[in-house]
Amino acid sequence: MSARWTGLVEKALPPALALAIALLVGNLLIIVNGEQPLRVWSLLVAGTWGSGYGMGQVLFKAAPLALAGYSVGLAFRAGLFNVGGEGQIQSSALACAVVGAALPAWLPWPLAVLVCTLAAVCCGACVGAVPGWLRARFGAHEVITTIMLNFVVLAVIGYLVAEHLALPETLHTREIAPGATLGRLADTVGALRGSAASWGLLVVPFAGFAYWWFLERTTWGLEHRTVGLSPGVAEANGVNVARVRVLAMTLAGGFAALSAVPTVLGYKHFYEQGFGAGVGFMGIAVALLGQGNPWGIAAAALLFGTLSQGGLAINALVPKDLIDVLQAAVILVVVAASREVQAVLRRGVAAARASTKEQA
Amino acid sequence: MGPAARPLAVLAVLLVLDLVLLFPGGGSDAPGADSRPPRARVGLVFDVGGRGDRSFNDSAFAGLERARRELGVDVEYVEPSGAEDRESALRLFAARGFDLVVGVGFIFSTDLVVVAREHPDVRFAGVDFAPPADGRIPPNLVGLKFREEEGSFLVGAAAALLSRTRHVGFVGGMDVPLIHKFEAGFRTGVRAVCDACRVSVAYAGVTPEAFKDPARGKELALAQIARGADVLFHASGSTGLGVFEAARQARVFAIGVDSDQHDDMPGVVVTSMLKRVDVVLVETVRAVLEGRFRGGIRTFGLRERGIDWVHQGPHARRIPRAVAARVSELGRRIASGALVVPSSREALPRSMGGEAPR
Repeated sequence: MSARWTGLVEKALPPALALAIALLVGNLLIIVNGEQPLRVWSLLVAGTWGSGYGMGQVLFKAAPLALAGYSVGLAFRAGLFNVGGEGQIQSSALACAVVGAALPAWLPWPLAVLVCTLAAVCCGACVGAVPGWLRARFGAHEVITTIMLNFVVLAVIGYLVAEHLALPETLHTREIAPGATLGRLADTVGALRGSAASWGLLVVPFAGFAYWWFLERTTWGLEHRTVGLSPGVAEANGVNVARVRVLAMTLAGGFAALSAVPTVLGYKHFYEQGFGAGVGFMGIAVALLGQGNPWGIAAAALLFGTLSQGGLAINALVPKDLIDVLQAAVILVVVAASREVQAVLRRGVAAARASTKEQA
Repeated sequence: MGPAARPLAVLAVLLVLDLVLLFPGGGSDAPGADSRPPRARVGLVFDVGGRGDRSFNDSAFAGLERARRELGVDVEYVEPSGAEDRESALRLFAARGFDLVVGVGFIFSTDLVVVAREHPDVRFAGVDFAPPADGRIPPNLVGLKFREEEGSFLVGAAAALLSRTRHVGFVGGMDVPLIHKFEAGFRTGVRAVCDACRVSVAYAGVTPEAFKDPARGKELALAQIARGADVLFHASGSTGLGVFEAARQARVFAIGVDSDQHDDMPGVVVTSMLKRVDVVLVETVRAVLEGRFRGGIRTFGLRERGIDWVHQGPHARRIPRAVAARVSELGRRIASGALVVPSSREALPRSMGGEAPR
C-alpha cells in the first residue's frame, strides 16, 4: 500500500466513521421514536436537495458555518482554539447593521457594501485580538478567555440593542442603506425562488481562497503553521511566537465576522437579537470535521447546513432534538478519532503550562 | 495489509448495520392506513423554544389538536431552532400547499407578510400579529389579536375584592406596549371596584429574557408583598413561576395568565386570565373549511369568547360566590360594549398613573 493511500485514509477516516456512526445513532433514535428511518431520511433529502428552494436554504445556512469554520480552522493551525465565534459573529453583525444604517442613501452599491464588510471585519478582528493578546502577554489560555468574552460581548449587545438601537416594538435595528444590500440569488436563478440565499454567498469562496493562500503561500502562514506544530521549534528558529498568536486570533475574528455579510447585507438587512446564534460553536464542529482543510471545511459546512435545514423538514415526524443529537454524534466521533486534534490539544496545554512557568 | 485495515473493517461493519436498520422488519404499520383524505391541512410554527411554555404556544397546540379531532383536519407542527428559521418554516408549509399556515407570536409578523405575498393561494394566520408600518396586509393573511386588557380588567377587579390589605401587585415581563395592555386593564379593574386600593407595578426587564427569569419574578413579587400587596397578577411568561413561588412563601394569592395556571401552584393561583388561542384557532380552521376565511386584522375579547377568566369549577373554589358574581357582571358590561377598558398606559386617567413617589 502506498504512503499516499495511507495518508488519504488517515485524513478521510475520522469523518467517514463519524458519518457512519451518526447514521446509526439516527436510525436507532428514529426507530425508537416509532418512525421508519428511510421515510425520515427521504423527507430530509426532499426538503433540502430535492427542491430549488431547499438547495438555496442549505447554501444560505452553510455560508456562515463555513466562515465560522475557517475562523476556527485558522486559529487551530496555529495551535489555538477559538471558542469565541459567538461573540465575534454577533458583534460584527451588529456593527455591520449599525454602520449600514448610518450610511447615506446616495452611497453607491459596491462602496457601501465594502464599508459595511470592513466594519464587520474590524469589529470581529478586535474582539478576536483580545484573547490573542491575553494569551501572548499573560499566558491566559484562549479557551477560557474566548468563552468568557462571549458572555461579555453578548451582554453588551443585548444592552445596546434593547436600550438604544432597536426600533420600538421590535428586537431589531433600523434597515441598512439601500446601497449596502446584496441581491437575492433567486432574482437571477428562478429555481431558488423564495430562498434566502444571496450574492453574499460569494464571500465563502473568497474566504476559502484567502485561507489557503495565507497558510500555504505566505511567510506569515509558514510561521503560523510552525507555531501550530511546535511553538518551541518556531521560537528557536527566530519566530516571534507571541506576535503569531495575536495575529492568528485577530485573523480568526476577522473570518468569523464575514458571516455577517450573507445574513445582514443579503437577507434581513438589519440585526435582530439572536441572529446567527450557535454558528460560532458549530464552526468548531465544521473545522474539526473538515480537518482544517479549505475544501473539507466547505464540505462540512454543506453537511451541517443540510442537517439544519433538513431538521425543519422532518420536524413533523421527529423532534428537532434528533438533529442536535446527530450533530453532536458527528462531533464526538471526529474529536475522538482524530489524532491530530489530540496532539494539538496536548501541545496547547503543555504550552500554556510552560508560559505560566515563565511568568512565575 | 496496511495499518488502515482494521479501521476500514470497522467502517464497513458500521455501514452494513446502517443499511440493515434503514428497513426495520416486523409489524411496521403502513403509512396511510387511515386512507380517508383530510379535509384540510394545517401547519403551525412555534416560536423558538415556544413549545411546552404552558402558555399561549401550548394553547395554540391544544386548539389545533381539537381541530384535528373535531373537524378532521391534518395538522403538522414545526419548532424552528433559530431566528433565521422562522420564515423558512412558514415557507416549507406554504410550498407544500397547506390550506392554512399559522405563526404563533408577534415576532412572526414581518415574516408572515412576506411569505403570504408570495403564496397568494395559501391562507395564513398570525397569533398576536403586529401590523406592518405601512398597514397593508395581504388578503390571504389574518392577524389574530386579543383584547388582553378586558381579561386583565376582570382579574384586577377580582384581585381588589379578594385583597385584605387593599393593596395588589402586577408583575410584567418585558417592558413593552403589549404588556402595558395587561397593566392598564388590571389597574382599571382594580379601580372599578375599590377606589382606595393601591396597585404596585414592576417589570422584569427590557429584553425577551424578561419572560423567562423566575428568579427575577420572585424578587419583584417579594418586594411588592413586603410593601403590603396580597394578591399578585403576572403577565410575564415563565418569570411568573417565581411570582407564584413568592406568593406561596408569603401565603398570599397569585393570578395566572394566558392559560389556566392553577396546576402550577394549586392553592396559590386563585384564578387565571385566559387568552383562548385554542378557541380562536379552531374558529379560524372552521372558517377555512366553510369558505368564510377573510384576511385582515381580527380582535377577540370577552364578547367573542377569545378572552375569559377562571371563575367556575374546582380551580376557582377560593373565589367567593359574591366576588365571582360581581366580576362576571362587569364582564357582561364589557362584552355588551357598555364598559370600555383602556388598552394602553396613555389611555389611563392620570389618577391611575401609579404609586405616588415616596
